[in-house]
Amino acid sequence: MQAIPLTQLKDGSSAIIKDIPVGHDEHITRLRELGLVPGTKIRVVRRAPLGDPIEVAVRGSRIAMRRSEARHIEILPVQE
Amino acid sequence: MPVSSAALPEAGPSSAIREPVIAIVGNPNCGKSTIFNALTGLKQKVANYPGVTVEKREGSCFSQHGKRLRLLDLPGAYSLNARSPDEAVVRDVLMGRRKDTPRPDAVVLVADASNLERNLYLTTQVLELGLPAMLVLNMMDVAEAKKWRIDLKELEQRLGVPVVPMQATSGKGLVELKAAMSRQLPVPKHTPPMPAEISAALDGIRQDLTNAGALHDTASLLESLYLISDHDPQHYGIADAHISRISACHDGLEKKFPGWEDRLAGARYDAVESILKDVLRRPEKDEATFTDRIDAVLLNPIFGFAIMLSAMVLLLYTIFALSEAPMGWIEGAFGWAGDWVKGHMAEGDLRDLLVDGVIAGVGGVVIFLPQIMILFFFIGLMEDTGYMARVAFMMDRIMGWAGLNGKAFVPFLSAYACAVPGIMATRTIASLKDRIVTILVTPLASCSARLPVYMLMIAAMFPAGQVAAWQKALVLVSMYALGTLGAFCFGWLFNRTIMRGETSLMVLEMPSYKRPSLKHLVIYVLERARIFIRRAGTVILGLTIILWAAMNYPKTEGDPSSQVAHSVAGMAGHAIEPVIKPLGFDWKIGIGLIASFAAREVFNSTMGVIYAVENSDEEDITPLREHMQAETWPDGAPVYTPLVCVSVMVFFVFAMQCLSTVAVVKRETNGWKWPLFQIAYMTAAAYIASLIVYQGGRLLGF
Ligand SMILES: Nc1nc2c(ncn2[C@@H]2O[C@H](COP(=O)(O)OP(=O)(O)O)[C@@H](O)[C@H]2O)c(=O)[nH]1
Ligand SMILES: [Mg+2]
Repeated sequence: MQAIPLTQLKDGSSAIIKDIPVGHDEHITRLRELGLVPGTKIRVVRRAPLGDPIEVAVRGSRIAMRRSEARHIEILPVQE
Repeated sequence: MPVSSAALPEAGPSSAIREPVIAIVGNPNCGKSTIFNALTGLKQKVANYPGVTVEKREGSCFSQHGKRLRLLDLPGAYSLNARSPDEAVVRDVLMGRRKDTPRPDAVVLVADASNLERNLYLTTQVLELGLPAMLVLNMMDVAEAKKWRIDLKELEQRLGVPVVPMQATSGKGLVELKAAMSRQLPVPKHTPPMPAEISAALDGIRQDLTNAGALHDTASLLESLYLISDHDPQHYGIADAHISRISACHDGLEKKFPGWEDRLAGARYDAVESILKDVLRRPEKDEATFTDRIDAVLLNPIFGFAIMLSAMVLLLYTIFALSEAPMGWIEGAFGWAGDWVKGHMAEGDLRDLLVDGVIAGVGGVVIFLPQIMILFFFIGLMEDTGYMARVAFMMDRIMGWAGLNGKAFVPFLSAYACAVPGIMATRTIASLKDRIVTILVTPLASCSARLPVYMLMIAAMFPAGQVAAWQKALVLVSMYALGTLGAFCFGWLFNRTIMRGETSLMVLEMPSYKRPSLKHLVIYVLERARIFIRRAGTVILGLTIILWAAMNYPKTEGDPSSQVAHSVAGMAGHAIEPVIKPLGFDWKIGIGLIASFAAREVFNSTMGVIYAVENSDEEDITPLREHMQAETWPDGAPVYTPLVCVSVMVFFVFAMQCLSTVAVVKRETNGWKWPLFQIAYMTAAAYIASLIVYQGGRLLGF
């Protein structure tokens, strides 16, 4: 299956994080520290009423992030 | 004070008899403060860590053997790789790098049991530091509701420290926690999950930093790790020379091992997963929780906004309506105190200083308390229940237009009542950059102190009974709109100018909904009030007295009107007339502007004094208005044309004109840099906007 950015995942669907760019972006490192490391299951819980930010469930916690960050996260959707 | 640590053998005799310091460490929102409050009761004090705007909360309690323990409620942190001033403080305290705080003798780690995986990230980091430690698994009730089974014995085995389950809000587990704290806590022995080549490279870096003097020679490998992983070493008050050294080490490592920090994060989660494999049993699929059901309504595109709107209207209404009576009492009490002193002291400079300077000044500080306390009650309530995160979630997009984040919404909104509590409320914004920008633009929200000025000017603008009420209302609404627009434009501008290059990550944790605790709220509100009085109050009082003196000296014979005209402030008003004439203002308005630098509403009373209006009281502005409408320039032209009235209002929309705000910004940004910048940009904006209005209006023939 083709990897897509997290922003394209529908509300309520799950995916596995395939890749987050490594490197100098400190923000991305923080997302990893919050549990978004490759191989982790992630679910889009909902989008804010105005479409941004996106709330995700990962490792039992709920985190909202902006689309500008979420689009760097590549995921593989999983069928449920 | 030397950094002392009981763990070091060379520690002096004073530290041997010193009360043990125990730090409470954990993620934001895991219940640290609730536990801290339960342990210390009201025996706690709040101060600032010197040099940063992070609050230091300290208290004490007794062990089961009656020994006094000093407790430190550290700020919330997700990781020791500091990304905010709060996290830098946690890191530095735990490593004994802060001169103002002794290195803790033991650590009570707090983890949210219902979010164990993420909480263990920080927990394992801290355990690796090798301080005697224990773990509190808080929120057991929430974990149970999610049908999670946690094998406490196994977790204890794996971590090598005592684990105490707890439900802090009901006090369940408190006795066990105290018992564990009373015993000697074990020193955990963990090695960080770290690839060998990175740990070898870190050893080189430790040498390097030790030689440069950025680390003391007893520093562990981890200390160099957490120093170089701080992307903004300014977070920590180290010498500039060290900062560049630290950055150079970071860049060197990054070149050798691209993405090494990401690898470390991944390795740590692998380690956490392997611990939890044997510890945590959870249902295959997350069941919809209580929180999910509430969120379905509160975050619904229609109901969600409607409910939030009502909540915010209620918030503003309560700040206005409920504070009115206590503010009246405070005013009355201080007025009475002033009269009493007047009646009991001989006339003279000292009496004037006491009555008009000190008593009025203290009154001017205390008067803020009702609004501050009401606002913080609501903010505490929203934070504790978890609703604040939802408001930020819904408003983030809109606040994003101004380069702010969703957390700026409630502070900014409350500034329509008063900027002082609004600015104090920006504490909840984690990112320093976002916080500064929010503080900078918050006073542009038209606060209630502007209202009397607007009302006076609208009254002076239109002769009595000539225009309909809705037209006056339209003028008023335009002023509010102008301020709001200004705030968004300046926020946008600051993000692209002075704050350029400083990006911030907006990650918002959406905690599960919790029942708030009244005790917690009361402690919180009282603490805010005390901080305001202690920190901002003194500055406000000092500045008020200076301004009072400027209005009353040098002394001249004659009525109050000529006294003001010949005072320092009066002369300054004369002096600035050439500067403000292009705005349509004469020197009398100039005096009003100078005097109202203390507080905007002072403009009205000052104009009353200048025009020697008999019994001009605040409620009835008719005599003052009539006087103003009759006021002329030396050549006979009226001063208060409608255009000038608009120009005055626009000036007040933008100008800082509030000493209390200045004092609070100084306290919240920890220095004079930002308040001075703020006065400068707001006054400049006010001047330019008024100039455009007046000159533009003239060109258009008004
Ligand atoms: N259900 C439940 N709520 C808790 C528990 N402990 C704390 N809370 C609530 O969680 C929220 C955050 O607690 P707080 O002590 O402010 O967390 P801190 O950010 O770590 O200081 C508050 O609303 C508390 O009332 C607990 O054991 N169970
Ligand atoms: Mg707390």
